[in-house]
This record gives sequence, C-alpha cells and structure tokens, in this order.
Amino acid sequence: MPHKVISLISVGRHPQSGRSRRADQDSRAVELGLKLAGTGLDVVHAGNSEEPVLRQYAGMGLPKVTVLEQAESADALPALSNYLKAEKADIVLTGVRSESGESSGMTPYLLAEQLGWPIVARVADIVEIKDGEAQVLLALPRGQRRQVTVKLPFIASIDNAAQAARQSAYGPGLRAKMAAQTGSTEEDNVRVNWSEAPAKARPKRLKVVKAKTAADRFKAATAKPQGGSGKVMKNESAQEKAQAIFDLLIEEKVIR
Amino acid sequence: MVIDWLPSILIVVLLLLGVIGMLRRASLWRAGQPEKVNIIAGLMAMPGRYLKDLHHVVERDKYMSKTHVATGGGFVLSMVLVLVVHVFKVQQQIVAWALLGALLLMLVGAFFVFKRRLNPPERLSKGPWMRLPKSLITFAVTFIVLTLPAAGILPEGTGGIALIMVLSIGVIIGLGELLFGMGWGGPMKHAFAGALHLAFHRRPERFGGGRSTGLKPVDLTSAVIGVAKPSDFKWNQLLGFDACVQCGKCQAMCPAFAAGQPLNPKKLIQDMVVGLAGGTDANYAGSPYPGKEVGQAKGNPNEIITAGLVSQETLWSCTTCRACVEECPMMIEHVDAIVDMRRFLTMEKGETPNKGSEVLENIIATDNPGGYAPGSRTNWAADQNLPVMKDKKEVDVLFWVSDGAFDMRSQRILRAFVKLMKAANVDVAILGDEERDSGDVARRLGDDATFQSLAKRNLATLGQYKFNKIVTTDPHAYHCLRNEYADFDKDGALAGVEVLHHTTFLNQLVQSGALKLDAFKGGKVTYHDPCYLGRYNGEYEAPRDLLRSLGIEIAEMERSGFRSRCCGGGGGAPITDIPGERRIADMRMEDASATGAELVAVGCQQCTAMLEGVVEPRPQVKDISEILVDQLIEEVH
Repeated sequence: MPHKVISLISVGRHPQSGRSRRADQDSRAVELGLKLAGTGLDVVHAGNSEEPVLRQYAGMGLPKVTVLEQAESADALPALSNYLKAEKADIVLTGVRSESGESSGMTPYLLAEQLGWPIVARVADIVEIKDGEAQVLLALPRGQRRQVTVKLPFIASIDNAAQAARQSAYGPGLRAKMAAQTGSTEEDNVRVNWSEAPAKARPKRLKVVKAKTAADRFKAATAKPQGGSGKVMKNESAQEKAQAIFDLLIEEKVIR
Repeated sequence: MVIDWLPSILIVVLLLLGVIGMLRRASLWRAGQPEKVNIIAGLMAMPGRYLKDLHHVVERDKYMSKTHVATGGGFVLSMVLVLVVHVFKVQQQIVAWALLGALLLMLVGAFFVFKRRLNPPERLSKGPWMRLPKSLITFAVTFIVLTLPAAGILPEGTGGIALIMVLSIGVIIGLGELLFGMGWGGPMKHAFAGALHLAFHRRPERFGGGRSTGLKPVDLTSAVIGVAKPSDFKWNQLLGFDACVQCGKCQAMCPAFAAGQPLNPKKLIQDMVVGLAGGTDANYAGSPYPGKEVGQAKGNPNEIITAGLVSQETLWSCTTCRACVEECPMMIEHVDAIVDMRRFLTMEKGETPNKGSEVLENIIATDNPGGYAPGSRTNWAADQNLPVMKDKKEVDVLFWVSDGAFDMRSQRILRAFVKLMKAANVDVAILGDEERDSGDVARRLGDDATFQSLAKRNLATLGQYKFNKIVTTDPHAYHCLRNEYADFDKDGALAGVEVLHHTTFLNQLVQSGALKLDAFKGGKVTYHDPCYLGRYNGEYEAPRDLLRSLGIEIAEMERSGFRSRCCGGGGGAPITDIPGERRIADMRMEDASATGAELVAVGCQQCTAMLEGVVEPRPQVKDISEILVDQLIEEVH
C-alpha cells in the first residue's frame, strides 16, 4: 500500500530582495515528498489560493496544490491538523522554519503535539519505509548524519542538507489546479500581537584561534565537536537536568 | 515509331511523379503550426530574393556562386526548353539551339560541381550529394544528344533504337535526380523547398538588405509552451529546414562545433528534417555532432524531439552567436529553432542544465542573475555623481547600466564610459535601482515568461520618463531594448527613442568634436566584434572608427566583422556550460594572438569577461571606452 505523504508549503521570502518565493526548506520538503510518493504526493498550503508563489511550487511537477483557504491573520494550526487527521497522513514533511510570518519553527512541533505523533527534526533524507517504520537520516553539523527509525505516522522537518529542490517549470506551474478547501477562521492571537522590524545583525562571539599550525586549523574545521565542557545527563532527575540548563543559560548570559 | 516517343513519355512521367512528391512534401510542412504569410507577395518577391539576397551570401565563395549560376540557371532554362522541344514538339531550330546553349551552360557548371566533389572539404555532406554532379552531367549530355536532331545537326533517327534506349536511361538518371528527386527528398529538394522557403520566410524583413534578429515571443497560454515535437514548429520553419543544401558553411563557422561541443548546426537542421519526415539519421553523410555517433537518432513529427532525435546538450551548446545564420546561403534560422526547443525544456520540463536553474531563479527573485540585493544595483556609482531618472524626469541620454553594475570588472567599463560622457558634457541620467535585468539571459535560456515579465516591467519604468536616447555598454541589453522590446511596448515607452551602443554614441561625440583625444601610443591593437553588436545589430564601423580616431591601425583577425568568432559568452552558454574539448574563449584568444596584437579592444562586458578568463600570456583585453578614457585630454578650467 502506498503511504500517504503530505508536504506543507509556505510563502518564502528572498533574503536579498525580500520578494516572495518558494521557501528553500519547504521546496526541499516537496522534493523529498516527490521522491517518496511521486505524483501521489499531496502538497498543502494554508492561506490564499491566489498566491502566485504556489505556482512556483506547482512548477516542480505537481498536478494540484491543496489550499486551506484562510485569511493571513488566521492560525494555520487548526486547519492543518484537521486536514492531516482527515487525510490519514503517514508522513508529513515541513520546513524547519518558515521564511515569513513568525518564523518561530513551531509549526511541526505544535502539529505533532496536537496529533500526538512523533516528530523528527532536521531530516536530511528518508531512506526506507517498511513495516510501518521509516529509516530517517538526520542532518548533524559538519555533514554528519544520524540514522533513526521512526514509527508511522510522523512529522519531519526538512533540513537544508536535504536534496535541493528541482527547477520550477513555468508551464506546469501555470496549469496546476489550486484545490481550495475552507481553512480556519481562528485568529492567530500570538501573531496579531507581534510587530515586525528589520533584523539587526547579532554580535558575534569572538573566536580565539588556539591552533598554531595549519594542520591544527584543519582539524578544528573538520573534526567532530569534542564537546569538551558539555556533559550528558541521562540518569539524573528532571529537576537536576533543568537546573543544569538553567545554569548554562545564566553562564551564557541568555538570562540575567 | 513508338520507341521514338519513349524519352518524351519518360519526361512527362518523371515530371508528374516529381510533382506528386512535391505535393506530398508540402503536406509534411503543413503538419507545422499555422503562421500567416503573404502567399502572393512572397511568390512575387521570390525571384528577387533569390537573385539578390541569396546570391549575396553565395557570392562570398566566388567559385561556388559562378558554378551555381551556370548549373542552376542552365538547368531551369533547359528544363523549360526541354518541355517545349521534347514534349510539346515545337519544331523551330532556334528553340533547339537555345536549348543546346542552356544545356552547355549547365554542363560547364556541372563540370565545376564535379571538380569540387573530387576532393570535397570536410564541411560538405557526402552520400547522395556525391552522385549529384554525375546526375547533372548525365542530364546535360543526354539532352544535348537528344536535341541534336532537332537542331538540325544530326539527321532524325540517328543511332536507331540502341541510341534511344541509351538516351532513355540517361533521361531516367538525369530527370530521376532533377525532377523525381526534387519532390522525393533527393539532394535537389533544396531547389524546390529553397525557392518556397525564400517566398514564405518567417523573417521577410531580412531581404533587401534588412535585418531581423529579435527572437519571436512565445505564446504563454498555449497547451505546450515552446517546441516539443517537430509539428510544434511553424509550418514555414519546417519548410526552412527542408531547404538545407548541407553545404556545411554553418558547421565551419560554429564556435561550439570547433570547440568539440556536441553541436553541429548542419546536423541539427538535418535532424529536424528527419523529424518532419519521420525516420532515422542513418542516411546522413556529413560530420556528426562532435562525440556523438550518427545513426542513433530517430523521430517523427509527433514525437518529442529530445526523446531520441536530438540530445539536450546539443541544444544547450549553442551560444546564439548567429554565425550559422549569417553564413547560411539558404537563410535558415538555426537560432530561432534552438531557442524554440530550449523553451520547451525550460518552461515545460524545468531542465535547464547546470547553473541555469539557479540563475533563472535569481533573475525571478532579484531581477539580476547573480541574486544580489536589488537595492545595491547603484552601489557602483556611489562616487560617480550620476543623476537618477526618478529625480530628473527628463534627460537627453538615458544610460542603461545593465547587470555589469554588480561585477567589479564591468564597473571599470561603466566608470570609463561615465567619465567620457562627463567630459563631453552629455545630459545623462541612469535609472538607478529602478533598472532591472534586460531579460537577455532568461530569454536565451528559454524562459520567455521571465523575459516578458522583465520587458514589461522595464518598459513601464521607462514609460514614466522622457529621454531622446538610450545608451548602453552591454550589447545584449542593447539588442533586447532595440530589437525585442517592441513586441511588448504597448504604450510606446520607446517610441521615437534612439537606442545606441556606447561605441556608436562615443563615435558621434568624437566626430562632433565633443571629445578631445590624444593619439594612442601603445602597441598593436586588434578588435573583437561582439556578436550582439555586429551580427545582431550590424554595427561594425563605429568601434573601428573610434580606434582609428586614436590613430590606431587595427590589426584585423582572420575572422572579423560579420564573420567574427564568438567569445563563448552568449546565449547563456557559460551558465549551461556544456563540456567540449576546447574552450571557445581560448580559440578566440588564439585568433587575437595570431595578429601579434598586444591589446584586444572589445565592446562588450561579457566578451571582456570571457577573453580575460584565458590564461596568460595573452594580449590585454580592454573595452573601447577604457582605451578612450586613457587618451582623454581633460580640459582644465
């Protein structure tokens, strides 16, 4: 039985021009979806079905895009979780975070919470789906991968390390069907209270170069992070773990 | 005696079979898409186009032009007279003598065709073309002998049945090639299809010394965008392919072919013929696409071209330099066909190779191929004190900066040109951040949707302001503005505006005395004609005049002017980057080095980039404005 794969897409924003575009991670989610399900892939957007960017996604070879029609101020979560439940999805692919709007990266987590499904974050590839389980490659820093096995159904957020999206072709994009359904009318209270301002470049922590030789620098650039001062806490109580995180945040001056 | 009638009957039968073949051939062309042509005017203009325009091109090879006049002219004349003498049996000796004269003319021509075929250059197709001179000679000799009695030289009935049988075989061989073969796809097809191609050419503006180089807009609402199958071409494009004589002049000029990339314009056109007629390329007897075997391609009018007839790399190897079109004696439009097929690959399949997809995405999202912030477009001019149209509203000269604004090497050209304009007190302004990519690269990469969108938005911007001239240092933008924007200029934003390349404009300034220049004291200088300035727009003289005004005696390259070899930078070729055995830019630099020049003068930022990419030691490369600015005599007030 083919698995039901759904890719969620949003309106992206070009970093240089600020213009709408297909979001980088979301289009990778579509690419991975196409690999897993071919034309059986269902691509879903919560928003405006007239949005021209949806045609850029459709140009990747999608005959149709499902649009949960709703106002910009409406919350995407209820509409999406209802749809995913109704469609009995096996795998839901999203980006790690959207390029516009709140861009909090919370959508996959909140969906997973509402649906009660597991979430795998920063996925580079889904290697195999067998016996109700999927072998998933997670992207770690410096090109490393970790293989995990997840039970279906699950939600995966797609990392930039995943296969880049194929070219979008104008003709198929133009002719694709925008299948509109009613979305949610629930206002996104968090978003309404946010105000947007241009981001300021964050100050960078100065890096003290300890390496004396080229070989050392090469090692520093390529070797696995040694995690010198970090520690793994497995057997401690939840309180101890929380205390350790709290201490670290104070040490790093994140909270004062 | 009945046998006496045999030659006449054969003539009529072969003529009829030939006509049936021609009608069948015409039905093949009609599988193409409709395109309006003026049938009567076209047919009326055809002889003139043949005698003037076609022969103007053939004339570049004097040997062949004389040979063709003798053979072709002799044949047409003798064919008419053959019908008069041998079918309608007009019994006047003078007509027979005229026929003999025409046949002799043809025989002489055919002899020279024969001579050329003894040791044919590589560019010529062999195969059936090798037998053509023999068929021509057979035709001429047969009919000379057959006409001798009518001319009163030999008594009637000489030679008896044996001679008539021999002559009848001659008639079958000669007319089989010349009439039957004309209709049924033999080498002589070129005469029939070629004549109609001249009459119904898709770019009639090219005749009578005109120029038509702008690509035709694609219909974005059609069911399939671009050309997927041979039947998606316009019918007169199919006719044009059929007119090919396989002379290989295109192949000899093609920079991609010379670089060993998998493109041969002649083979491409022949593959289109295979596509329109159906079948395989097994009978093709010319040079292959470099690195590709002949005999593997097959297609038919309703089969996707890139699924077995022509490979995608072949289509992406083209630099759109138009050298093939310029050289084609049949005035076939290779570049139109290639871009038509690219449109399908890009807009329907999304298969632009290598960096193509990234560049197109950048152009869509940022209006420049590099993906730079549109708000940084005018950063190069921070120290130039250039007024912006938004403030000026009205100006004499609008300087179209083009995407060179983002490239540090090109910025040197821009600054040099601005300095020259300032020295000549030109009333100039730029669009600043309101300018967008001209759409040249997008269009050549087959993305006409993006080109059309850019053209419309640029025209809307231009329409807000008043100016008399647009001047640009980029021949590609120049070509788009001058030749391709008119199709979308509904509100007349460019009506009455003179679009100029900076060399033309600078030449006007120098000629009018607005610029004072010192003599050039460097070494030997050669000039490289950019394709989009020369072949696309016919501007060969202004850059040379400018160099001469500095006292430079130009050491011309072997291939210059309309035969200039491409730098390899056009048509998105550096973006799609199809591998070959050599680099086109290296070959062009060899051309330049062969003149002994120490400096290559160029009029295009793309050519500058390509030629400067050649490893040293090599001549220096400078844009003409950079050469001029070094010799500028600045008046001190």
